[in-house]
Amino acid sequence: MIVSLILIVTATFFLMQAAPGGPFTKEKDVPPEIEAALNAHYGLDQPLYKQYFDYLYDVARWDFGPSFKYKAMTVNEIINNGFPISLFLGIEAILIAIAFGVVLGVIAALYHNKWQDYSAMIIAVFGISVPSFILATVLQYIFAIKLDLFPVARWESFMHTILPAIALSSSPMAFIARLTRSSMLEVLSNDYIKTARAKGLKKGTITMKHTIRNAMLPVVSYMGPLTAGILTGSFVIEKIFGIPGLGDEFVTSITNRDYTVIMGVTVFYSILLLISVLLVDILYGFIDPRIKLSGAKKGE
Amino acid sequence: MEKLLEVKDLEVSFQTYAGEVKAVRGVNFDLYKGETLAIVGESGSGKSVTSQTIMKLIPMPPGKISNGQILFDGEDLVPKTNKEMEKIRGKDIGMIFQDPMTSLNPTMKVGMQIIEVLIKHQNMSKGNAKDRAIELLRLVGIPSPEKRVNQYPHEFSGGMRQRAMIAIALASNPKLLIADEPTTALDVTIQAQILELMKDLQKKMETSIIFITHDLGVVANVADRVAVMYAGKIVETGTVDEIFYNPKHPYTWGLLSSMPSLDSDEKTELMAIPGSPPDLTNPPKGDAFAPRNRYAMKIDFEKEPPMFKISETHYAATWLLHPDAPKVEPPEAVKRRMKNFSSDKLRKG
Amino acid sequence: MQNIPKEMFAPATLNENEAEKISKPSLSFWKDVTSRFKKNKLSIVGIVLLVLLLFMAIFGPMMTEFDYRTTDLAHANEAPSSVHWFGTDELGRDVFTRTWEGARISLFIGLAAAIIDLVIGVLWGGISGYMGGKVDEFMMRVADILYGVPYLLLVILLMVILEQGLGTMILAMTITGWINMARIVRGQVLQLKYQEYVLAAQTLGADVKRIMFKHLIPNSMGPILVTMTLTIPNAIFTESFLSYLGLGVQVPLASWGTMASEGLPAFEYYPWRLFFPATLICITIFAFNVIGDGMRDALDPRLRK
Repeated sequence: MIVSLILIVTATFFLMQAAPGGPFTKEKDVPPEIEAALNAHYGLDQPLYKQYFDYLYDVARWDFGPSFKYKAMTVNEIINNGFPISLFLGIEAILIAIAFGVVLGVIAALYHNKWQDYSAMIIAVFGISVPSFILATVLQYIFAIKLDLFPVARWESFMHTILPAIALSSSPMAFIARLTRSSMLEVLSNDYIKTARAKGLKKGTITMKHTIRNAMLPVVSYMGPLTAGILTGSFVIEKIFGIPGLGDEFVTSITNRDYTVIMGVTVFYSILLLISVLLVDILYGFIDPRIKLSGAKKGE
Repeated sequence: MEKLLEVKDLEVSFQTYAGEVKAVRGVNFDLYKGETLAIVGESGSGKSVTSQTIMKLIPMPPGKISNGQILFDGEDLVPKTNKEMEKIRGKDIGMIFQDPMTSLNPTMKVGMQIIEVLIKHQNMSKGNAKDRAIELLRLVGIPSPEKRVNQYPHEFSGGMRQRAMIAIALASNPKLLIADEPTTALDVTIQAQILELMKDLQKKMETSIIFITHDLGVVANVADRVAVMYAGKIVETGTVDEIFYNPKHPYTWGLLSSMPSLDSDEKTELMAIPGSPPDLTNPPKGDAFAPRNRYAMKIDFEKEPPMFKISETHYAATWLLHPDAPKVEPPEAVKRRMKNFSSDKLRKG
Repeated sequence: MQNIPKEMFAPATLNENEAEKISKPSLSFWKDVTSRFKKNKLSIVGIVLLVLLLFMAIFGPMMTEFDYRTTDLAHANEAPSSVHWFGTDELGRDVFTRTWEGARISLFIGLAAAIIDLVIGVLWGGISGYMGGKVDEFMMRVADILYGVPYLLLVILLMVILEQGLGTMILAMTITGWINMARIVRGQVLQLKYQEYVLAAQTLGADVKRIMFKHLIPNSMGPILVTMTLTIPNAIFTESFLSYLGLGVQVPLASWGTMASEGLPAFEYYPWRLFFPATLICITIFAFNVIGDGMRDALDPRLRK
């Protein structure tokens, strides 16, 4: 895991170096002496390997350096401003995706091949087929502009969070619904469900205590990719709804070619994702008793 | 002896996308209290479907009971709703399945899986149920039951899992235990242990057992009476001695001759029954076994044979028992058995 | 008992062949799969849509007298009419023509990405799985580390650095996209390489290449095709996403993504500029997804009768 992280930091660093021109070449009419001074100030005239190790060292100390575009701000400040907002939005979206996705999937599986199954799955396919930014625009148009039920943009109250969270959660929710359904169907075909019925347990009890608990295992594993999807989805959703989150900042920094911000945010995101994968693995270990966390094997 | 279970004219079919499959085509048998009835047959003979239908475990679409009665302790189970069956399953009738690896919930403690049954059917408190679960594990021969009760199925060996399944099935002291090939997936030595356990428990708890298997060796070990099934029907039924030493149906002959026995010499061929069971989407007109039957007569292809009575306890559905049928010689292996039978009978007087 | 004529008890002529006759006609594997696929109504809808899309992608731009790049500022932002069936954009270009030109580009990107992923993935996964041992471990470790890099982040970064354009986009998408295919192929190869017909081929002296290409890969075709079919909508989605961020193909080329991103800000006033490319993106992704799903279900051995 650490290996991946170092790889990412290194790759990001060298990729940024490979970009044509320095960070100041795009700015209008910078006289060469000023450019040289700026470069010296930011340490850009140092040999490459020194820059690289300096950067690694800084990252380890959680210092991502200054922003090249917003002269008064550091990358850390940018992250600190934007991340809490994106975090809130992201968690809201994850909760919606899981809640609705699982419910839809369970219903579809329990009413397999009946109308509930078909309609749930059609909804799911549409969820996957419509890119989140298209959905976001449509939602914005219908519910905010035309029907005036929700605010159009910005991030001022809880009502402001609803449409963006829905748009962000649509694709993951669809995936979760399909995954839950196929997992439920697989579990239902297992012998131990037959055993449960042979014990005379009520249908509802069987579903809740036996079927769902076992069917959730693959869904928990999916949480890793889910986080990644929500994260990247936030880029466009925040832009469309004018939300000043980290995703929006990232997009702006890309357009502005603000390299330190790009690097810093990339590294930050990568750390986030690696942590979330780790958490998911731990969570899975708790839920599935067949996975030994401690490594000690119990005898017979 | 009192009858516990009477199955009359049972017909079960399934709607599949190839058509309607008639898995059980008119099955009749009785089960008396305290006895063990073995149902023997190949895969596809309908034995599992029959046993699962008694508990109405077959998913009702696509399956359906198209005819018949299942009288359990006098009450017909066929018209009962699922809710009503839930009161009977696990309480009056228990069932154990073939594969202990997959029959237990992998994410639930074994003890909990027993406790569930006790709480549901005997209204025990959780504490009492746990104590009883430990007792049951001890009863089925699992060592250190106090520790085992908190473990998960993957921590048990195959044989132990099957014992746990037995504990679950017998937790409420049911009148009937249906065992669907319980030893097929186990090693031979474990098999013997499980069979001993079952016989032992049966004596202690006075349970009646329906034992489903394709293994005649197991039948000889545990059964009082035997019913042989083929293509959805019972073709012969009798006591263990009658079936093994005086079989009358060519299919039974085939089964017995394909079994190696300790007193057969090298010259005796092991006979395989050629061909495979018929496709039950289109059940054949006459005797379903006819195409594979060396002794088939013209009528076997035209009409299904009725059950002919051989003794009070012994019946077989074959035209060979019709008074007009020619006398045929059963295969060598079977003839030798029959000799042992009659000489035994003479000795017993 | 009714009277049965005595002749009925004469022995029947037993035809040995009768006994061994297989009672159902055996279908070849692929015929079985296609017949199951055809029964899936949703997948058929997907195929129909796909055929229509391809048809329009090829012939659409030829249907009007306009081409995709000529600007006509006098007729900018016009609503759909009998002259401009899909309306015009802010530079007066015909949206209908641009939409179908965009179809060509988007579909091309999707197909290119899928094929490149296929080639790299099959080779990597096939070799890794067949060789086994240390080679397998190493190759998979590399794949795992690469897989740990968040896909879209990497794509975005690459697009930022390299010269924008079609080629770059495809490169960026395939740099880690092949890993999924490699894993699937490796899984299949691992399963199949212990099958007896492989052993038989080896005994007959077949070399590695022959075994791979004549035995292992053809028998893995099922999951390979499904994965390919599902890569295409993913690529189209990524393309539209990148274009929205301004990292797409360059003006004046039109892809659905760039058209959608240009149409988004003007949505309230000139909705047709977003509507057509966006709807087509959705329809295309939908079609490929249901086809892929249908193929996956048709190939599932558990559903076999």
